[in-house]
Amino acid sequence: MSEHKTLSCAEVSVGDKLPAADIDITTGLVVCGALATRDFEPVHHSKAAAQAVGLPDVFMNILTSQGLMTRYATDWSGPEAVVKSVDLRLGAPNIPGMLMTVNGEVTALNKQTGLVDLAVTGENNIWGMHMQGTVQLALPKES
Amino acid sequence: MTTDEQKAIESEIYAFIGQEVYPPTPAADDINDAMIRQWAEVMDDNNPAYLDKDWAGNSLRGKTISPPAMMYVWGQEGFQVTKGRASNAMSNLVSTFDKHGYTGVLGTNVKQEYFKEVGPGDNVTIEMIIDNISERKTTGRGTGYFFETLSTFTDQRGEKIGTQRFKVLKFIPQEQPSAAATEDKLDVPTRIASPRGHDNKWWWDACDDGTVLIQRCKSCQTLRHPPRPMCGECQSMEWDSIESTLDGEILSYTELHHPKIPGYQYPLVCAVIKLAEGTNLVSNIVGCDPSQVHIGMKVKGVLEQVDEKTMLPQFYPA
Repeated sequence: MSEHKTLSCAEVSVGDKLPAADIDITTGLVVCGALATRDFEPVHHSKAAAQAVGLPDVFMNILTSQGLMTRYATDWSGPEAVVKSVDLRLGAPNIPGMLMTVNGEVTALNKQTGLVDLAVTGENNIWGMHMQGTVQLALPKES
Repeated sequence: MTTDEQKAIESEIYAFIGQEVYPPTPAADDINDAMIRQWAEVMDDNNPAYLDKDWAGNSLRGKTISPPAMMYVWGQEGFQVTKGRASNAMSNLVSTFDKHGYTGVLGTNVKQEYFKEVGPGDNVTIEMIIDNISERKTTGRGTGYFFETLSTFTDQRGEKIGTQRFKVLKFIPQEQPSAAATEDKLDVPTRIASPRGHDNKWWWDACDDGTVLIQRCKSCQTLRHPPRPMCGECQSMEWDSIESTLDGEILSYTELHHPKIPGYQYPLVCAVIKLAEGTNLVSNIVGCDPSQVHIGMKVKGVLEQVDEKTMLPQFYPA
């Protein structure tokens, strides 16, 4: 299982930076993200509906942002990590044509329980902060 | 609003605290690989815990699990929401806010906590209540109230899988000076609005009025751009301005390809232009093929309306 390594508590320190990830916000990601999360609100698949509420195009739904934030955290930790919570503050909409850059940092670590807190931000290149929050994972104590 | 009016509104809205939005409702479908696969593909999530049975069989869990962030997905109402939603405590609360002028709506926070992992074959039941409503608050968006729904998720054994808290601001939208005029014309996106602060608003306002100005120190006559409060040469804060002839030469340029930003015309060439007066100005080169643009090229600027509400100098080959 070496191809799917999972970090253990011993390998992590507070202050560790996660590698940045760039996510292209495309119409495909916005619309298919909404459908994959069974969110059929028209503002996520109909440009006309999005424009009627004052935005230039369809915008990403919250469940996709949650999914991308979780994926970013477990891409770093590896698959044996257990996601305990995702606490997300919502900011500017993600609209097709934008580029969202996700960054993260270890902000807390409890070696007894294996719980690690990651502060994660997703900023788009046009309107700034799209999402910021904390993902808590439980890591194996030893590898 | 008088205190009595506010009290009357609050007695109406606070009556919703604790009311049920969804009674416990099992998902129409059990957790299944097809939905997980669709989710994982779109999220570009290759975590083998979700779909790789071989890997998962040998993992600490011994089997695949549903992505935790799908917890809310299983109970979603589906395509029928495009035809409108049935009324419930939440929609009634929202229309009560709307009735009193709190028509703005903004989801601000969502927190999911997970207590137990579930996977294919399990069934997720959702129950949602209106958990709390804040006191009246003044926010950057306007004055209003935060309300928070609490969803609780259980599996087919009645064991708690997790919770979700979703916070929404309902507010009286602040007056947006140009919003009313442009509301029905939003199908044409405009350029990003110029940042008009204390020290540079005058420059943009002059553009709106048809002139491109260059700031000049009143004490030593040095020209400067972009606008700022103090002269870098003599530290004087006294200034006036002169009008530029918009004759210039390209010092440097770039062509923007990706991402394409709504409201901008492509091809899009941005250049640093040395004006005849001596200061530099960042602007667009138009009126020629991008391949013709080069450093040292002589250009002539014209103040143009580039979209529904923006005046900007645009530079043409001289």
